[in-house]
Amino acid sequence: MPILTVKKLTKNFGGLAAVSNVSLELEQGELVGLIGPNGAGKTTVFNLLTGVYKPTSGTITLHTNGVDKPIQGLKPYKVCEMGLARTFQNIRLFKDLTVLDNVRIAMHKNVKYGLAASFLRLPSCQKEEQELVERSMELLKIMKLDHKKDELARNLPYGEQRHLEIARALATNPSLLLLDEPAAGMNPAETAQLTEVISWIRNQFKLTILLIEHDMSLVMKICERIYVLDYGQVIASGTPEEVRTNKRVIEAYLGEDVNNA
Amino acid sequence: MEQFLHQIINGISLGSIYALVALGYTMVYGIIKLINFAHCDIYMIGAYVGYFCMTFLGIGFVPSLLAAMAVCTVLGVTIEKIAYKPLRNATRIAVLITAIGVSLFLEYGTMFFVKAQVRSYPPLTGLLAKTLQLGNISVPMLQVLILAITIILMLLLQFVVNKTKIGKAMRAVSMDQDAAELMGINVDTTISFTFALGSALAGAAGILVGVYYNSINPLMGVLPGLKSFVAAVFGGIGIIPGAMIGGYIIGIVEVLISGYINSMYRDAFVFAILILILILKPAGLLGKNTREKV
Amino acid sequence: MKKLAETMRNTKSWTKLLLLVLTYVIIQLLILFGIIQDFQQITLTTICINIILAVSLNLITGFTGQFSLGHAGFMSIGAYTCALITMRMPTIPGFILGLVAGAVAAAVVGILVGLPTLRLRGDYLAIATLGMSEIIRIVFLNLNITNGAAGLSGIPQFVNWPWLFVFTAGTILLIVNFLKSSHGRACISIREDEIAAEAMGINTTKYKVTAFAIGAFCAGIAGALYASYFFFIKPTTFNFQKSVDVLVMVVLGGMGSVSGSVLAAILLALISTFLQSFSELRMVIYSLILIIIMIFRPQGLMGSKELSLSMLSKLGSKFSFRKGRV
Repeated sequence: MPILTVKKLTKNFGGLAAVSNVSLELEQGELVGLIGPNGAGKTTVFNLLTGVYKPTSGTITLHTNGVDKPIQGLKPYKVCEMGLARTFQNIRLFKDLTVLDNVRIAMHKNVKYGLAASFLRLPSCQKEEQELVERSMELLKIMKLDHKKDELARNLPYGEQRHLEIARALATNPSLLLLDEPAAGMNPAETAQLTEVISWIRNQFKLTILLIEHDMSLVMKICERIYVLDYGQVIASGTPEEVRTNKRVIEAYLGEDVNNA
Repeated sequence: MEQFLHQIINGISLGSIYALVALGYTMVYGIIKLINFAHCDIYMIGAYVGYFCMTFLGIGFVPSLLAAMAVCTVLGVTIEKIAYKPLRNATRIAVLITAIGVSLFLEYGTMFFVKAQVRSYPPLTGLLAKTLQLGNISVPMLQVLILAITIILMLLLQFVVNKTKIGKAMRAVSMDQDAAELMGINVDTTISFTFALGSALAGAAGILVGVYYNSINPLMGVLPGLKSFVAAVFGGIGIIPGAMIGGYIIGIVEVLISGYINSMYRDAFVFAILILILILKPAGLLGKNTREKV
Repeated sequence: MKKLAETMRNTKSWTKLLLLVLTYVIIQLLILFGIIQDFQQITLTTICINIILAVSLNLITGFTGQFSLGHAGFMSIGAYTCALITMRMPTIPGFILGLVAGAVAAAVVGILVGLPTLRLRGDYLAIATLGMSEIIRIVFLNLNITNGAAGLSGIPQFVNWPWLFVFTAGTILLIVNFLKSSHGRACISIREDEIAAEAMGINTTKYKVTAFAIGAFCAGIAGALYASYFFFIKPTTFNFQKSVDVLVMVVLGGMGSVSGSVLAAILLALISTFLQSFSELRMVIYSLILIIIMIFRPQGLMGSKELSLSMLSKLGSKFSFRKGRV
């Protein structure tokens, strides 16, 4: 059961083709990697999927609840409403807000009480606020950030900031999660822990995950399939083993295995 | 027809003023991304310096023009060093608020010292008081002078920006401040120089207006300043030829609206142009869109 | 533990309510007994109107991060609408109608202006809102019904302390409640990082316009109160200088602190009353406040913190400690 189908996605910036004819498909529940050298267009693909950029051509279709919905060109908040959440390559937390607020805000789109209730602080508003705090704390517990709920996001150590970004994305209740270099800047121990967390949340929340990463230990360990991008085009796709031994991929990105040299 | 030509000539005179002031806005915005709210008040100070020179010191027009430009240059550079430089790394809103503060300080400080009443420049003598006859139209020599001075100054500016080392530095810093610094350009000096150029032009515009409209007051810069800013945005903010073109277009449009439609709404019309450009094509006539990398 | 936190919260609420009632009663009594006389009442009115203006601008600029230099424009819509209605219906229901109509009109204009312009970045938005405010002023200057440059005089006066109190306290309460709600947090997230907010499902355009509309609504109320107290308005009453006045309050108090805005509003109302005969000096002082604060303390008096009872008790304990020392 595919959840996302991307057909011939292209994005030109002036004369530069950042993404060319990229096609990919994600099955429900899969954990797929998107790798490639810097500048290959991976984050651009994410930006196209999440509505930050409008594609020059091509289609992006989300399959949810038996309905096929084209989402190319929709505004980012609408894409999020349809169940697509993301993290950012350069962390974009709400730095001067607390950890709790960062997560609560991501739950806003599902909040039921309206403006009138908020002005008058009606019981419906107070009750739902209470629920928001409880649900946020549950997510924070998973990410081991619950004891820091009142800490400002800017004061968290780097690794915890990355965890908070994931918690925030999860708070939007997505069916498809896009992670942009979640392990960037982490040491091997932290990366190993993150690998566990990503696996766990995929199973626990029944997510489909598309992951951009440079850290091959993470990618090869948990990705069931991998797409390889170079100069805006897909140059290979397949299982980790297939990709690892693909000549084009080795030339463009992975390099020769030291043992074989 | 004569009426129309007269209007066009008036529009060109007004446009020259707007162009001179717009250049200062556009250069400063280009280099440090600041809408220098105080710029229009430097123009006002230029007018007052000219008034002072011509009325109390009895100096002729050209020396007064140079004096006005010199004083405004110093003022502009000083303001940058004291108020804007400390905020080089602050948010844009912070610098904007400071600029508003400086603008108010200049306006009400001047009002405090010289009182708010309108003052008149001394009447012109000699060549400047004459009128040129072009067929059926009589053009005051003054308007010719304004156009001539504006063209000379703009040519000088183009020369400095495109053919000198400091001009190249200005262009580099406006494109990428950090890279320019790494290439050995003294960013502080370059920014000061930009302010100096813009302020000199504003000072010239100020004294020209004083001589042309013959009356000055401490708040005279506010409305023309806003309109010049509209002109700069219209032509493409940060783009020097854009400010020149924008200035003339806004000047001519304003005079035509005032003459043929309704002089009471002419100011509202200029603001409406601003809002329209910002919504439809914020990069202006000659501008290109830039994206924020996500 | 939860029960304790709840009782603490309830005590705080009761204390706040008590303080509110006390403020109303004390000032009402002072007026009744003639201790607060006419001249001071003007200051009191100015304080209340300032508070409403500052808190509402702070919502737009400080909390949602949309730099608006056009607050005077919204105020003038409220003032003129209320004036025109009460001059034709000089009764209390007429006043209420005028006030509500003024606020709603201001909000509608806020939405109309906000929809196309709120996609602009900081400094461009500032200029666009300034332009909008100037257009409004010029329109009022040229309409016959508003009597042009001469303005409207003889506006029926209905505003007194009870009205002022209700609207000032009401505005503060509504805005604080809004900011504590999820909708308010959505606005704050826009200030923090607009792109991330959108990615988390927040319709940033809708919330920017909402904040703008709420701010404009309150400014409209302030304008109506102004008209109905000072009984004379003209277009220059609501010029750029007025917008700057409000901006100074917000900046001085701290963009992102409601209590900061209230404090600054009171402070600046007192300064402007003090310097009434020296209006140039007042503006010079305001301008220096702006410059000095931005360079040396950009977070203003309160930053993004709020005055809380615990803060006051800490201050109190500091003083009593000093007293006890020999």
